Amino acid sequence: MFQNVGEMLVLLWRTLQALPMVFRQRHKVFDQLFEIGNASLLMVCILALFIGGVFALHTGTELSKNGLSSILGGLVGLSICKELAPVLISILIAGRIGSAMTAEIGSMRVYQEIDALQTMNINPVHYLVLPRVVAIAIALPILVVFAVLVGWFGGALVAVFNEKIAISFRAFFSNLRDVVDMVDLLNGLFKTWCFAVIIGVVACHQGLVTIGGPRGIGRSVTKAVVNSIVLILILDYFLTRLLLYLE
Amino acid sequence: MSESLQPLTGVSVQVCGLRKGYAGQPVLKGIDFTVERGEVFVIMGPSGAGKSVLIKHIIGLEQPEAGQVLIEGEPIHQPGVRDKFRLAMVFQSGALLNSLTVGENVGLYLSEHRLRKPVEIDRIVSEKLELVGLTGVKHRFPSELSGGMKKRVAIARALVIEPQLILYDEPTSELDPMIAVTIGGEILNLKRRIHVTSLVITHDRDLAFGVADRVAMMYDGQILAIGTVDEIKRHPDPLIQKFLSANFSPINHQKSL
Repeated sequence: MFQNVGEMLVLLWRTLQALPMVFRQRHKVFDQLFEIGNASLLMVCILALFIGGVFALHTGTELSKNGLSSILGGLVGLSICKELAPVLISILIAGRIGSAMTAEIGSMRVYQEIDALQTMNINPVHYLVLPRVVAIAIALPILVVFAVLVGWFGGALVAVFNEKIAISFRAFFSNLRDVVDMVDLLNGLFKTWCFAVIIGVVACHQGLVTIGGPRGIGRSVTKAVVNSIVLILILDYFLTRLLLYLE
Repeated sequence: MSESLQPLTGVSVQVCGLRKGYAGQPVLKGIDFTVERGEVFVIMGPSGAGKSVLIKHIIGLEQPEAGQVLIEGEPIHQPGVRDKFRLAMVFQSGALLNSLTVGENVGLYLSEHRLRKPVEIDRIVSEKLELVGLTGVKHRFPSELSGGMKKRVAIARALVIEPQLILYDEPTSELDPMIAVTIGGEILNLKRRIHVTSLVITHDRDLAFGVADRVAMMYDGQILAIGTVDEIKRHPDPLIQKFLSANFSPINHQKSL
């Protein structure tokens, strides 16, 4: 994986250089946005609902034993918006959207469609990579905002209806409001945005370097998903350190 | 590639000492030849001779290990040189973009480089598709076409560029004899109309002898001979004669039974 990091950084640099072309590629960006949002929103909401629920269940029951259930809202709110939603939703999107990007670009490479683009002097970075990276960089933070809201709601549902916790909606969200501020949400969204760029670049890079036939495409898809997840988790640690330092 | 889309004349191509190998296996073993402006140059040879690898080097899709390809005396692999010339390639598989319709595929060069207005692109696309004998397929996707139709769409896509050099990789494979004749005719028409330089890679002896100004015979990564159609037909090399005289006849079939 790490031998490709240099190539991925080069691809990222070329994509950044191509950013002024993004208006010309806006139709492809919209198509990709629709693709990402349409394919993932329901899944993201279901995942977030249960993440919030199970987190509230674990922490809530322990906190209530010590009479601390009143701080559950803040704990769930902070964990979801700063860590759980950005990381888990990014991993979900790496598996669902990143794999699809790699498969599409990889099959274009294998079946010479990218060669055909190059013979027409159409830059594959402008035509294929730029719209996908821009779209995922826009869509993923929006999906995470949904995930945060649904996750909070999931946590609140468990906090209200679980007999061992049994605190009111009002108490849950009042504590959440006291603890979580806009900076926390923005921290989470900044991390998400970095993860989105990683997913887009890794997926497109693996697609572009695909060789062989259908087996090669399968190999590239697997590598793209695994590499994205590993890089997300590594980067998550360092970004968290950086953000804590800046706070 | 020039983006003005004004009619231009063909370009000369020089291939000098081209070598390439994959995983230690040499595929091109020092290829040398020159194609003159406006010439139809056909490279014939059996499968696995390295013809497709050669054509990819000529259009700049592959980097050689040694040697170079010069277009109008300028090395194609140097940055910026490829952009100076209008080059097109018809791939053996067609290499159409499966996510685009036939019309979008054919007009892709014009729309991506913003060389024409959408209405004009639509007209040009229809015109080129009609030229290769395809009507009413503009809104269909490549997956809905037969192999031969895809090949004709790929040729239409190359024609849209109004190229100075057009490379055909097996242009008549998967085509019925009537369409193959049309394609052969179109190669000659382009030469007459815009003096395009054409480099054709084929096994099809009828096509090669019908369109070629000169023919190169390639075998095992090397050029065995270059000459006019008559010179190649009379060439004494046994490999060339074997390739040119290979025929399947019912008598052979009965013997094998």
